[in-house]
Amino acid sequence: MRIKAQVAMVMHLDKCIGCHTCSVTCKTTWTNRPGTEYMWFNNVETRPGIGYPKRWEDTKRYKGGWVLENGKLKLRAGGPITKLANIFYNPNMAELEDFYEPWSYDYDNLIHSPKRENLPVARPFSQITGKYIDKPEWGSNWDDDLAGGSENVKRDPNVEKLQEHIKTEYEKTFMMYLPRICEHCLNPSCVASCPTGALYKRDEDGIVLVDHDACRGWRFCQNGCPYHKVYYNWNTHKAEKCNFCYPRTEAGLPTICSETCVGRIRYIGVVLYDADKVKAAASVEDPKELYKAQLACFLDPFDPEVQDQAREAGITDPWIEAAKESPIYKLAIKWKIALPLHPEYRTLPMVWYVPPLSPIMNHITNEDELKTDGYIPAVDQMRIPMEYLASILAADDVKVIRKVLLKLTAMRVFMRGKTVGGIDEFRQSELLKEAETTPEEVVEMARLLGVAKYKERYVIPTGRREMDDDLFYQQGACSIEDLAPKEGMNPRYGMMKVRENL
Amino acid sequence: MVDIFLWVVFPYICLTIMIFGLLYRFAFRQLTWAAPSTNFFEKKWLKIGSPLFHYGIIFAFFGHVMGILIPWEFYQTLGISDHMYHFGAIYGGGLAGLMVVCGLVILLIRKMIIDPVRIKATFADYFSVLAVLFVAATGTYMTIIYNLTVVAYEYRATIGPWFRSLFIFQPRFDLMTDIPYIFKIHVITAFALFASIPFTRLVHIFSFPIRYPARPPQQYRSRSGYRRQKV
Ligand code: HEM
Ligand code: SF4
Ligand code: SF4
Repeated sequence: MRIKAQVAMVMHLDKCIGCHTCSVTCKTTWTNRPGTEYMWFNNVETRPGIGYPKRWEDTKRYKGGWVLENGKLKLRAGGPITKLANIFYNPNMAELEDFYEPWSYDYDNLIHSPKRENLPVARPFSQITGKYIDKPEWGSNWDDDLAGGSENVKRDPNVEKLQEHIKTEYEKTFMMYLPRICEHCLNPSCVASCPTGALYKRDEDGIVLVDHDACRGWRFCQNGCPYHKVYYNWNTHKAEKCNFCYPRTEAGLPTICSETCVGRIRYIGVVLYDADKVKAAASVEDPKELYKAQLACFLDPFDPEVQDQAREAGITDPWIEAAKESPIYKLAIKWKIALPLHPEYRTLPMVWYVPPLSPIMNHITNEDELKTDGYIPAVDQMRIPMEYLASILAADDVKVIRKVLLKLTAMRVFMRGKTVGGIDEFRQSELLKEAETTPEEVVEMARLLGVAKYKERYVIPTGRREMDDDLFYQQGACSIEDLAPKEGMNPRYGMMKVRENL
Repeated sequence: MVDIFLWVVFPYICLTIMIFGLLYRFAFRQLTWAAPSTNFFEKKWLKIGSPLFHYGIIFAFFGHVMGILIPWEFYQTLGISDHMYHFGAIYGGGLAGLMVVCGLVILLIRKMIIDPVRIKATFADYFSVLAVLFVAATGTYMTIIYNLTVVAYEYRATIGPWFRSLFIFQPRFDLMTDIPYIFKIHVITAFALFASIPFTRLVHIFSFPIRYPARPPQQYRSRSGYRRQKV
């Protein structure tokens, strides 16, 4: 057993209102420099939709993630030899137009325009070429709230898989939001795609980072990530990606995107996992088994043996305590209501999602008279087809989605019963049995999903500093110092040396 | 005098600038050390130009090793006749040269007319493409046209020994006085190009990730000292 700790996130999609606050605060924090204008470490997609970059789920086009070939795990875009042969030209790389050409507005004209008959306007101009773009035609959220629906919805790779009747009937239109950040995977294909080894997973918290000193701009990570969450900075010719706001999490604070989330949909916590099991888990034959295999990598922080081994592996008590309190442990592992995004990519992602409930297609007439078990078929008639959710969150395994939706429905029915009556019926109900839950669990769930205060949503132990090489030097410095060391000092050779492969 | 400058002083100055420039940039300006990829802006022309150029130049690099670094005597002991050698060098080297020149011309035109690429190209980008193009064009001219129309010049008797003598610090500049002009231009501009490397994105040449196939796919790193002492 090789225990490692991972800082992970769960997003509760029921609560996402699609306001894009997370995207904007992340952008103003991390990607507001030349070369990064088009990057959104956090973006919120309306699904069904094309996404950002366009059709990122089209693995045939971008060749991200892993595939299983004769029982062996391989990068879909090809292993090291293929990559070195393709190093002069990367055929699978997404281009600027797959994202969009970022633009700003000529605000200056509003102020300095000479006196004229017509009001001055702020014309849009490209932040790359500087030229005016008279008609911007695509942006990272162009299809927000199903804009351009009849055209854009059809091009969603998940919709392409659905049966004809689901996609075309107007009355059956559905919509949900999907905020996305880097998954900080347990088996990151971006790391494996980097010829230089510039991307790495941090040993102590599992955050996947780019070493900007080491990055040589070979740009294979960009499309090596199946979630398309590594970006190429055309200005510095280096890769950039979400860093889980590590300067904040190290200080015990939630990431910017979580901190500012208006719907409070995000949860952050620590999970312990066995790194020795990762490869086997990513290599199970049937994609539908990947979810279970990944669950099996996680360890029970309450198990004294796990605790001992964790201490042995250098994980401190505050971290073990945090793992016990972890909302992620509860949502993903204990209650199993959070699911990984596209587990079939075999990267073992670590940002999970509680799938959204949606209105029931057939109007339930007398809800007051509806028996508790009447809600069971309702789950199958929800507006968002379960096949669609399964395509995104469960490698097409509808059973997994159905189970979660049942549990969430059971929670609603019970909490409603608490005020309008019907708890006793609930205790005996089939719904409770089929959802495999208990009233106690449901109450706990409702608290974490509905009430949860800041301290319950974010249980983040602070990063450990006592072993740093030169605490004296770092006194009063912020952890970004590692990104921007003292002028003229290379951290590889300076005192802030990063030890590799420990 | 001029010969000493051209074939002793100048090459050493260029190599010194290259070596110390590279060391300085590696140690202090590593954030600027990357391949100048424009794959993100344009793919169609890059797909032809870049592999053509790079495979050509790698081929040409080995050609130079064979012609300049490996002594003539080596071929004689192996029993490779001069005729055979030149046949291989002219056609093999010529092909590589043409690949380099064609690839670079495509890349250059692409740089001049395709929009984001054109607007984002810096002086150093143009400089390195044009400098490599010039050196490659003279080299290709020598290999194909000069060798076929004037004489199959035996550089293994002059340029080769001179080049090797640089590395044992006994430069035999006298060998270079009478070589054809076109060869002189090729050699001098090539050294000037070497001196420019630390100042352009050509530094990427030295970062070829040769160790990639041998390393484990997943990389873990930790903040300093995290695993050193157990608590
Ligand atoms: C030895 C291994 C080499 C590797 C792996 C390599 C790799 C690359 C890569 C990835 C690019 C960017 C292509 C793109 O995506 O736009 C590039 C561009 C370039 N390389 Fe290399 N290269 C190598 C050797 C060389 C050599 C020996 C030279 C010249 C002496 C050279 C000259 C250039 C130039 C001039 C460009 C820029 C092309 C442009 O501006 O469009 N490279 N190289
Ligand atoms: S989601 Fe993040 S960690 Fe996973 S492959 Fe993509 S960039 Fe890497
Ligand atoms: S964790 Fe930080 S860097 Fe990553 S998406 Fe959220 S705000 Fe951006």
